[in-house]
Amino acid sequence: MTRPEFLGRDSRARQGGVARLLRDLGDARAPGTIFPAVLERLGLGDAYGRLDTPIGPVFVAYNAHGVSAVRPGGSAKEFEAAFRTRFGRPIRRAGGLPAALAGRLGRAFRGTGRPSVHFDLRSVSEFERAVLRKALSIPRGEVRPYGWIAREIGRPAAARAVGTALARNPIPLLIPCHRVVRNDGRVGGYLFGPEFKRRVLADEGVDVEALEARAHAGTQYYGSDTTRIYCFPTCRNARRISPAHRVSFRSAAEARGAGYRPCAVCRPSLAS
Amino acid sequence: MGQVFRRIAARDEILAAGLAADLNGSFERLVLAYQDRLYGFALRLAGNRQDAEDITQDAFVRAYHALQAYPAARRRALAVRPWLYRIALNLSRNRRRGKRPPIASLDPEGEGAGPDVPDVDVGRLPEPAFDRAELRRALAALVGALPPRYRVPVILRHVQGIAYREIASILGLPIGTVKGNVHRGLRLLEEDLARQHDITSGRRGDRAQAGRVMHR
Repeated sequence: MTRPEFLGRDSRARQGGVARLLRDLGDARAPGTIFPAVLERLGLGDAYGRLDTPIGPVFVAYNAHGVSAVRPGGSAKEFEAAFRTRFGRPIRRAGGLPAALAGRLGRAFRGTGRPSVHFDLRSVSEFERAVLRKALSIPRGEVRPYGWIAREIGRPAAARAVGTALARNPIPLLIPCHRVVRNDGRVGGYLFGPEFKRRVLADEGVDVEALEARAHAGTQYYGSDTTRIYCFPTCRNARRISPAHRVSFRSAAEARGAGYRPCAVCRPSLAS
Repeated sequence: MGQVFRRIAARDEILAAGLAADLNGSFERLVLAYQDRLYGFALRLAGNRQDAEDITQDAFVRAYHALQAYPAARRRALAVRPWLYRIALNLSRNRRRGKRPPIASLDPEGEGAGPDVPDVDVGRLPEPAFDRAELRRALAALVGALPPRYRVPVILRHVQGIAYREIASILGLPIGTVKGNVHRGLRLLEEDLARQHDITSGRRGDRAQAGRVMHR
């Protein structure tokens, strides 16, 4: 009966063998339950609930930082799967949304009161965050082109990247990427399809048909011949112009050429 | 080895800076960075998976609450790793109070079905009765049966691969005492293993008894 080598006569060598064997005991993998359980116990994990909104049922995920994900329609299972794929974090269904959050979300979706929802945007890049913040500044019932966001965040050549960033918006509807349209004025694509985008915009009070008609006619801006100011057509100042005093422009250059200056509210181009 | 430690130290510095700046935002990263190590440590302390998981969870929860109470400067200066080990160790000690000292079982359920590492350094093990997996189980049981005075520093040094200086800070003991206890623990293990091997070779099938070699 031979002894295993490490159990040799030399005590020092034997201890070395034991030490080597002990190292093997250290390769434990924590069970996958620890991470979600810890976050959960600390209130740092994500939970989600379903909310009825004017545009139908919406799933909303949230954590200690704020709202982390939004997705309209579909099943709870689909929402969970999409969340895990996107964020790599566990998520659990809340019995019901916390009352305070539900109230704030309800107001945000209806567009009443001051928006007071916090967002968890840790997963997006700095550029994406700038794009989403800018989109957040577009008032309900109005739209702005991709190029406007690009220029406003100081990246005038990045209109395409703006489109990509908006398509990755983790919190659609609450961060209104649907209020950003093509540079030619057409409604353009959307995460959940162009039809859904029209529906959401119409629900917010945008005259989508008029939008498309202007795009077709090549009208980019409206000016008022009394104030000599030009705006994006959905700007609240543009909507106040009576048809008798309304002038259409196909470009900012044309408006400036006619002696008009850009509106300070919707900032159709940099003030000159 | 030194390089690995420097890398860990650098990572911990970044972690600590994150915890100081934004505790809620950075805590996830701390859990992900340390859950395997703490669980491995707790598993060797507690001897079974359920207690190990509880200790690991509790350690992170306690760490979070402690960090919340610390001023940012203290969080930034924190030596993350020894601090976490200390928390886990205290939890396992508290938990053990009122419980019988665990005689680590040889129940394979209690053991991680770890990846089978090819036999390289251990070399030839001609005894089919004592293959590597069995050896691993037997050793785990013997480690669990060591008196805490030896068990804890042996686990920290040889299972977790932590330097003596850091172990001394985790345990709050002089470095010489730590070294002495580690050596003594290793010698006990080595004797046990040899004794067990002899028993096993002589009387096969009575391993449960072999695993219960106790130290007085």
